[in-house]
Formats: sequence, structure tokens, C-alpha cells
Amino acid sequence: VSSYLVKRLAAILPTVFFVTVIVFSLQQLLPGDAATILAGEDQDPQVIAYLREKMHLNEPLPVRYGYWIAGVAHGDLGESLRIQEPVTDLILQKLPVTLELAAIAMLIALVIGIPAGIVSAVGKDTAWDYAANVIALWGLSTPNFWLGILMIMLFSVQLGWLPASGYVSPFEDLRGNLAAMIMPAFVLGNAIAAVLMRHTRSAMLQVLSADYVRTARAKGVKEGRVVLKHALRNALTPIITLGALEFGTLLSGAVLTEQVFSIPGFGKLIVDAVFNRDYSVVQGVVLFTSSVYIVLNLLADLAYFLVNPRLRG
Amino acid sequence: MKRKLLLAFAFALAATASMAQTLRIGLAEDPDVLDPSLARSFVGRIVFASLCDKLVDIDEKLNVVPQLATSWQWSADNKQLTMKLRPGVTFHDGEKFDAAAVKFNIERHKTIAGSNRRGELLPVTSVDVVDPLTVRFNLSAPFSPLLTVLADRAGMMVSPKAARENPNFGAHPVCSGPFKFAERIAQDKITLERYPNYWNKDAIHFDKVIYQPIVDATVRLANLKSGQLDLIERVAPSDFAGIKREGKLGTSKITELGYQGITINTGKSDEAKKNPLGRDPRVREAFELSLDRQGIVQVAMDGEADPGNQWVAPTNAYYAKNVPMPKRDVARAKALLKDAGVTNPSFTLMTPTTSDAQRIAQVVQAMAKEAGFDVKIQSTEFATSLNLADKGQFDAYILAWSGRADPDGNLFSFYGCKQPLNYSGECRANWDELLARSRTTLDPKERIKIFATMAADFEKERPIIYLFHRHWLYAYNKKLTGLRAVPDGLIRVQGLKM
Repeated sequence: VSSYLVKRLAAILPTVFFVTVIVFSLQQLLPGDAATILAGEDQDPQVIAYLREKMHLNEPLPVRYGYWIAGVAHGDLGESLRIQEPVTDLILQKLPVTLELAAIAMLIALVIGIPAGIVSAVGKDTAWDYAANVIALWGLSTPNFWLGILMIMLFSVQLGWLPASGYVSPFEDLRGNLAAMIMPAFVLGNAIAAVLMRHTRSAMLQVLSADYVRTARAKGVKEGRVVLKHALRNALTPIITLGALEFGTLLSGAVLTEQVFSIPGFGKLIVDAVFNRDYSVVQGVVLFTSSVYIVLNLLADLAYFLVNPRLRG
Repeated sequence: MKRKLLLAFAFALAATASMAQTLRIGLAEDPDVLDPSLARSFVGRIVFASLCDKLVDIDEKLNVVPQLATSWQWSADNKQLTMKLRPGVTFHDGEKFDAAAVKFNIERHKTIAGSNRRGELLPVTSVDVVDPLTVRFNLSAPFSPLLTVLADRAGMMVSPKAARENPNFGAHPVCSGPFKFAERIAQDKITLERYPNYWNKDAIHFDKVIYQPIVDATVRLANLKSGQLDLIERVAPSDFAGIKREGKLGTSKITELGYQGITINTGKSDEAKKNPLGRDPRVREAFELSLDRQGIVQVAMDGEADPGNQWVAPTNAYYAKNVPMPKRDVARAKALLKDAGVTNPSFTLMTPTTSDAQRIAQVVQAMAKEAGFDVKIQSTEFATSLNLADKGQFDAYILAWSGRADPDGNLFSFYGCKQPLNYSGECRANWDELLARSRTTLDPKERIKIFATMAADFEKERPIIYLFHRHWLYAYNKKLTGLRAVPDGLIRVQGLKM
């Protein structure tokens, strides 16, 4: 047990370090001068000079990295030059929003994806299977922003049931919060549901044809128990990994959805920051998101332990 | 159950809608820092219109009208401007607004690190406090745009106490406008609350204003239609006719102070001379003659713009009538090209990735082709395009300018030698002289003459080919009254009522 865990944990630090280097250098590769874009339409040379100095843009790359990483080590991710707010505050402000959105989206994805995958595996080559596949294909191939705008047109403009966009804190107004979240979460979860369905289906198909399942059936175990207890449990291992990875994708990939629904979360934060070359915000958010990703992967590995007894030995 | 839930949502929505004391405005972008000295975005000015009063304002006809200053007078040599200030005005933190506050603010604009106002106030050398309600601006030379500069961010007054005490002033601005800053959630909303001691409080009919940035024009409109917003700015031109036809929402529009144009690299770098377009004014004239401005406006802007060939719209008092808009003339364009010895000139048109700019580029490409031009569109993300323009790595560049109330703001930085926005790189001593003269001449009639000379002179070189002036398009809840359409595109909350 321990050696596996230690190995996994030890890999985290170098990974995070590597991520910081990549995040920083990629950001600097962006064409265009951050100072120029932040200077606004007047392009006052003195303002540009001031911004260059403030962002250390005149220093060599490793020195700039040094400034940034020293701040990061002290928990200081810098300040958004565009709106004068600390990046840490911005992240803390946006994180709960995107987490909530991702959690609801994941819930929707799980509730749709896994049962649909089971149904289509169990009823392989039946009408159920085909129907589930068609729906999954639709989910995968529908662009987020398009589905989002269609839903807004229907549920907000035509029917007037849901707010077209925006965000309300759940502590202020829980109902308002759910009303604002349901459409974006569905749009976001929809594609993941399709991925989960496809994976559940293939994992289940594999497991259902395994010897021990045949044995269980031969013993006279009821079909429902065979599918849900014997087969599903084993099929879940890859699905958990996938779920964890997709959750990471949800966090960073909410970009388009948040843009369409004007949800003030991570995705919107980073898109605006990239276009405005607000370096410290981009770096802070990407660093944070990738750290979350790394931790989620670790958690997924730990979850194997719980479902796969062989690893425990 | 589902239906009940949906009904509950509907009720929740209805409950929000009934709180009519809040005005919710949908913005096309998220404003930048809310510090008048540092601010640099157009959209930020919309929020400032409720938050920070200015010394003076402009009206629908671009006249300068009193705001915090009640009257003003130029000295005989036009090098001093004396302003009488409005008595009884206080900042949102209760501090008094007086001549000392004006002095502090102008000095702050001029000296704070990263100030975007420094350049606008360059000719102001000092500010004297004559008495608590009289202030005098001392200038190095007469400066005709000063009043309109003071009608924008450079004339916004913040509380000296708050500005001194808070290094992050832009995150918690304290001004003297009708509404005070309450909260900002970046990219989500800016909430302002009514300032009870506002000097003109009778004109204010809301308790709160909430600005919500919603980038997508379709979603912004959907929010207005579903009642989440009361007023939106920058309606997509393609939606505007439909909204008017439906008649469910109020609409308003006005021609902008800015312009949309094509800047040509005529001398910014060596690249200028490598291309016939940058090399030869006849080729540029041919290019202009190949374009049908009305057609561009119809196709690219759904008709929601005024075609124009100068830095101000043809309706502007400073429009130079001696240089009228040329009609499309493909035959003459071809003849000019033949004259110049280049029958099929080819050049790259750098185009920001916004959908407006892309559409314009495509129409321009098609029109110019008929005269023999081979226009290659190079879609470039905005930040990158600015850099390439600054380095002179372009042939032609589609660029919009949000515009200023005084024509100087649309001219000086674009035609002045080595000025930051002079992307064409055209540098001429007589142009600098004309620009300087238009700044030091206060008499509008004299200035019109100077602008006419400039227009005729610029026409010989054509470093910038102006295309049109967009319309600011607004849509709003029909219950809302009192919206004034001012060419600067800002939303003035005074007089707005539900």
C-alpha cells in the first residue's frame, strides 16, 4: 500500500513545478505585448512604460519567473492590472461558482450517463442501445454555445421560466441560484454524459462477457444483482478515472458555457484575462486549475484502492 | 413536481421584477479599473456616468454644459481658464467638494503612476485655488479641447481623502456622482447605490443601478427580453430592425463620435515602401474609389452606421465640407492604377477578429477586387494586431476609434509625428503645425477653417481611409423613460425613470 501511495505523492511536487514553468512560459509566448493592450486605446507611451516596469517585462524571462514563483511560494499570485484586484481574491471569488457549476453538471452527467451506459450494454443491439447511442452522439456533437443559446431562446425568452444568464449566490437566494445554474449545468453536463455513457457501455460489455459473470449467472444470481453488483462494480474503475479527469475538464472547460451564460466563474475569468493579457490572472488561474487537476488524479488513484482489492495487496 | 419547481422559478423571477427601484443595465464588456485617472476602456465610462460627476458635461449637440462647475471663463490670452464651482456638493464619503479638491484631482491625474489622463492634460501646467469655489487652470499655451477633456474622465473628481488613504482606490472608488459604489464582482456585476446627498437628487429615480457585463449581444438581448435587464447598450445591428418591428421594447440610437477606418502603412516601417499601396498615393486613391461606403454599411452593419470620409461624421459641425465623400468609381480607380503602373496591386489587410471587422474586411475585399486589387485578409487577435501595427508590420489595418467630443481627440494622436496612434507613420511638419494651430485656436469658426485645410491636405496622402461612423444602439424596457442619446454613447442616469 504505502510504497504505491508514497510514489504517487512524491510525483506531485515535480509535477507542480513543471506546471508552473509551462504555465509561465506558454503565457509569455502569447503574441502581443501585455503592456500595449492594458494601456487601452490611447496607447500613451508613458503608461506603456509604467506597465512594462510593473510587470517586469523588461527583465529576462527567468528573472520574471523568479518574481512570480517567489510570490506564489508566499501565497501571493499578484494583482490583476486591469481591475486592481488581487488574483487570489478573484480566484476565491470565482472558484465556488465554477465548482458549483461543475458539480451540478457532473451530477447531471452521472445521472444520465451511467444508467444510459448500463441500459445500452445490457440491451446490446436492441432499440434501447441504438437510442442511447444516438442520444450520446448528439450530446457529443452539439456545440455547447449553440445548445446554450437555443436553451436561452426557449426557456428564457419564449417561456420565461429561467433567467437568461447571470449568477446569484446560493446564500442570497437558493432558488434563484438553481434557476441560474440549471441551464448552463445541463449544457456542460450533456457532453460529459455522452462520454460517460460510451465508456460505461464498453466497460460493462467487457465485464458482462467475463467468466465470473457467467459463473454468477450459472449460480442463479438474479440478473439485476449480476449487472449492478457483480458487473458494474468492476466496470466502475475506468469510469471513476474518467469521471475525475472529466471533472478537471469541467473546471477548466466551462469556458464557453460561462461565456454564453455570463456566469462569473473561472472560465470567464481566464478568457477575459487572456484577451486582456492580464498575465498574473492567467498564470494564477491556470496554476490553480492544473493543481486541482493533479489532486483530482491523485484522488482517482486513491479511489482505485477502494474498488480494486488487488492494488491493496 | 417538475412543473411546481418551474412555477417556483417563475415566481422567484416575478418577485425580482417587482423591485422596480433598481435599474439593471447590460454592458457589452466588463469595465476595467474604476479609477478615473487610470481607466482606459469605453465601457468603464458608462459606469462612471453614474458614479463620478465631472466638472462639465456634453449634451446631445456636443455643447459643453455645467456639471460640477457652474460657469467658466477664458482669460484674454486664452492661457487661463477660470471655473466657478457648484456649492454644497459632497463626495460619497461626506468630504466637501471645493477648489482644493479640483486642484488635488488635476494634479493626481497628471502625476499618478500609469495615469491615462496625463497626456490629455499636458498643456495644464498648474491649478490655482482662487477661493473655495473658484479654480483657475494655468496653461502653457491656449488649448481648445480642454473643456471637452474636462467633460470626460480628466474632469472626474474623486474624494481626495479616499484617494490618499486607499492605494487600491480603483477597487473602491469614491466620487460625487448620483450613485455610490457598493460592490463589484468582476465579470458579473457592478452595483451602485443611490447617494442621498447628491446635489441633483431630484433627477434620480432609482435606488440602485446594477451594471452587468454580458459579452454576447444575443444573450444580452435575451436578458432584456426576459426581463432580467432594463436597458442594454450596443445592440447588434442585425437585431435592431427586428426589435423595432416587434415593438415590445424601446429603442434609441445616435451616431458615434468615433469612426471605423482603414489605416495604411505609408511610412511606419520599410514595409511601407515595399507595397504599392504604401508607396503611391494614387494607389490609395484608387483603393478608396473602389469602395462603396453605403454598401459596406448595408452589408457589414445592417445599415446602422453613417458613411463618412473624415475623422468626424458628416453631421458634425467640424466636418470639412470642402472634401466631400467620393462616390464609388471603379473606372477611375482602374485608370489611376494604370497611371501608377500597377494594374493588380496586392496587399494584406490586417483585421481584428471581431465579427464587425471581419465582415467589413470581406466586403472591402470583394469591392476592391473589381478595381483590380488583390486584398488578402489577415485575421489577427486584437492585442497582437496592435503590436504589429505599432511595429509597422502591416500593409493596411482595420481600426476603430471610440472618438472624443472634440475633433482633436480623433486627430492629434493619429496624424501627429511620432504620436502613439500614428500607425500610418506619416510624419509631416506642416501637419504638425496645423494640428498645433487647431489646438491653440479657440474660435470655432477659425478651427473649421484649419480642419478644412487639414482635410484637403490629408486627402492628398490618405494615410487613413475612413469608412463610416457606427450608431450607438440601445434597447430598453418600454416602461423606462428619459433616456438621452448623447453621441459619446454614455448612459446618463439623470432623468431616467421607470
